[in-house]
Amino acid sequence: MNRQILIDPVTRIEGHAKISIHLDDNGEVQEARFHVTEFRGFERFCEGRPFWEMPGITARICGICPVSHLLASAKAGDALLAVTIPPAAEKLRRLMNLGQIVQSHALSFFHLSAPDLLLGFDSDPAQRNVFGLMAADPTLARAGIRLRQFGQDIIAMLGGSKIHPAWAVPGGVRSAPTAAQRAEIAQRLPEARATVLDALRRFKALLDTHHDEVATFGNFPSLFLGLVGPHGEWEHYDGRLRVVDSGGAIVVDQVEPSRYRDIIAEAVEPWSYLKMPYYRARGYPAGMYRVGPLARLNICTRIGTLLADAELGEMRQRAGGIATSSFYYHYARLVEILAALERISLLLDDPDLDSPRLRAEAGVNQFEGIGVSEAPRGTLFHHYTVDAHGLIQSVNLIIATGHNNLAMNRTIAQIARHYVKGDRISEGALNRVEAGIRAYDPCLSCSTHAAGTMPLVVTLVAADGTVLDEVRR
Amino acid sequence: MAARTFTINDQLISAREGETILQAAREHGIFIPTLCYLDGVSPVGACRLCLVEIEGSRVLRPACVTPVVEEMVVRTNTERLREYRRMIIELLFAERNHICAVCVANGHCELQDLAIAVGMDHVRFDYAFPRCDVDISHPLFGIDHNRCVLCTRCVRVCDEVEGVHTWDVAGRGADARVITDMRQPWGESRTCTSCGKCVLACPTGAIFRRGATVGEMERDRNKIAYIVAAREQRW
Repeated sequence: MNRQILIDPVTRIEGHAKISIHLDDNGEVQEARFHVTEFRGFERFCEGRPFWEMPGITARICGICPVSHLLASAKAGDALLAVTIPPAAEKLRRLMNLGQIVQSHALSFFHLSAPDLLLGFDSDPAQRNVFGLMAADPTLARAGIRLRQFGQDIIAMLGGSKIHPAWAVPGGVRSAPTAAQRAEIAQRLPEARATVLDALRRFKALLDTHHDEVATFGNFPSLFLGLVGPHGEWEHYDGRLRVVDSGGAIVVDQVEPSRYRDIIAEAVEPWSYLKMPYYRARGYPAGMYRVGPLARLNICTRIGTLLADAELGEMRQRAGGIATSSFYYHYARLVEILAALERISLLLDDPDLDSPRLRAEAGVNQFEGIGVSEAPRGTLFHHYTVDAHGLIQSVNLIIATGHNNLAMNRTIAQIARHYVKGDRISEGALNRVEAGIRAYDPCLSCSTHAAGTMPLVVTLVAADGTVLDEVRR
Repeated sequence: MAARTFTINDQLISAREGETILQAAREHGIFIPTLCYLDGVSPVGACRLCLVEIEGSRVLRPACVTPVVEEMVVRTNTERLREYRRMIIELLFAERNHICAVCVANGHCELQDLAIAVGMDHVRFDYAFPRCDVDISHPLFGIDHNRCVLCTRCVRVCDEVEGVHTWDVAGRGADARVITDMRQPWGESRTCTSCGKCVLACPTGAIFRRGATVGEMERDRNKIAYIVAAREQRW
């Protein structure tokens, strides 16, 4: 008899979701699905608004990565104005995005995933959270929280608030930080760097003991997509699209982000509000690709800063080239924090930041604008069309978590096959299925431009549709 | 000009004959909330926020258009008035689509300030969610009817100060809208001089500078009164 296991809601992720695991007559896992159950409708209600307001409106999609939407939206606005923004504005936007990468990755690693990694996947679920981590290792927990605060403070320094700063605007940015503010941030860099190096050391030690997780947490060939610089270097704000396969071969390179539709198509499944993008040339679902920290490190030729490049080299050595296990997302996140800290250090000393020219003025010169940047979770597209006066006619948002949708489904199926046996769900197995999702640090509020508290439910369903077991957090 | 002596909230007040209760109260530092009132243009008593109680009168009176009378006893801050004011503000919020967080006037909005002043922590009425247009056809300015409270300050400043009367009100009740000329798009108005006085006068984010982003619409509304005073040589 076929059966289904439901995990509803999924915990320690950002947004609402559930997982269903379908078993065949022999109790073997047949299929697993990650259902995103939020719906929000940003693409619809932005229609008719002046495009200048879009960064402020779309930043409200998310409280964790508002900066990503702010920047992608402002860049789409730049395209509508058909301007090149002042150099200081671009550098300041980059600085904010780096602050965002630090805070968001720190949240994912220390607050959401470290309880699994450091306390153990099979540890007491009552303690397996950030509070349990504080009790077990207060120094580490405090350092992680301070690291996130550091990233948030960079955002606040630039935008005036940590969450939803309305600072990047079509044509540039609204204000620049003072030299004193920059110096205050700079003197906190050493502590932040020490925190991430310590976390890297601990994570590498875990890799040596977690062979099963590395082998089963989304370990399969797929494409990887992201932005790279002109020479293939690591990029987070601008650049062009590159797709690399799991053998390391470049499938397509230096694609103008405005041509994203040439390489990306989207499929829809009736059981999820989250669309399923795929690489157009390979079809659905074979065109599955991954984005985000792991993808960015897999596609780039180098990062461009000393410490991060050394860590990237070691990561590639450990993975044997391209890292195909999504367990490595955590690793990639830590390397990216290090890269971001090194770049922040360089940017804070950049004399261009003292320029008073921060905002290009122009009218509506293009009726279609596409803005793309690398959000912490992956490549983010904002695509607007406007009328002759600048009122929004249509909006399409492709969000990082959406790109990873096919891969997340494949990941939970792989984990379920390995860990779920019989008709009951063990606590450790349940947690591993969830952790497989957590590795991607999905943000479901963003990805469905959708609403909610975020819990996880796993349901075990029979072939005839009867729910045999359900675990709810 | 004869003086009139009366009390507001038991405080003895002396005012000139012909002054309104609102003018007298402001001269004595007594706060009465207003929204449609704007220094420099004629009062219309439309928003009803400045309603006060006058002893011996069965009805409440708008302070902005009620002249002072000898020995009148005025109360500006009774429980009944506070409840009505809060209700008026809530109804304004429920009537159109006011989304402060992403509004160009966020932090510089009289409606938002009033909501705070009257203690509006939530709206007790169902939102109407009307479909309202945004007109940014003018090369410099825009009008977002979602944020309009129909105070008619723009209508009055355009008519009385600029002397143009581009703005007026069309429709009735929930369908009422401020319009430019004969309801043409603002950018096609043949009378608008692009002086920007309506932008200065607007209490909310309804009339704004094109290109303004969240919270960027700061304005000095006193300029209207300066212009009027200068013209009348009353410095």
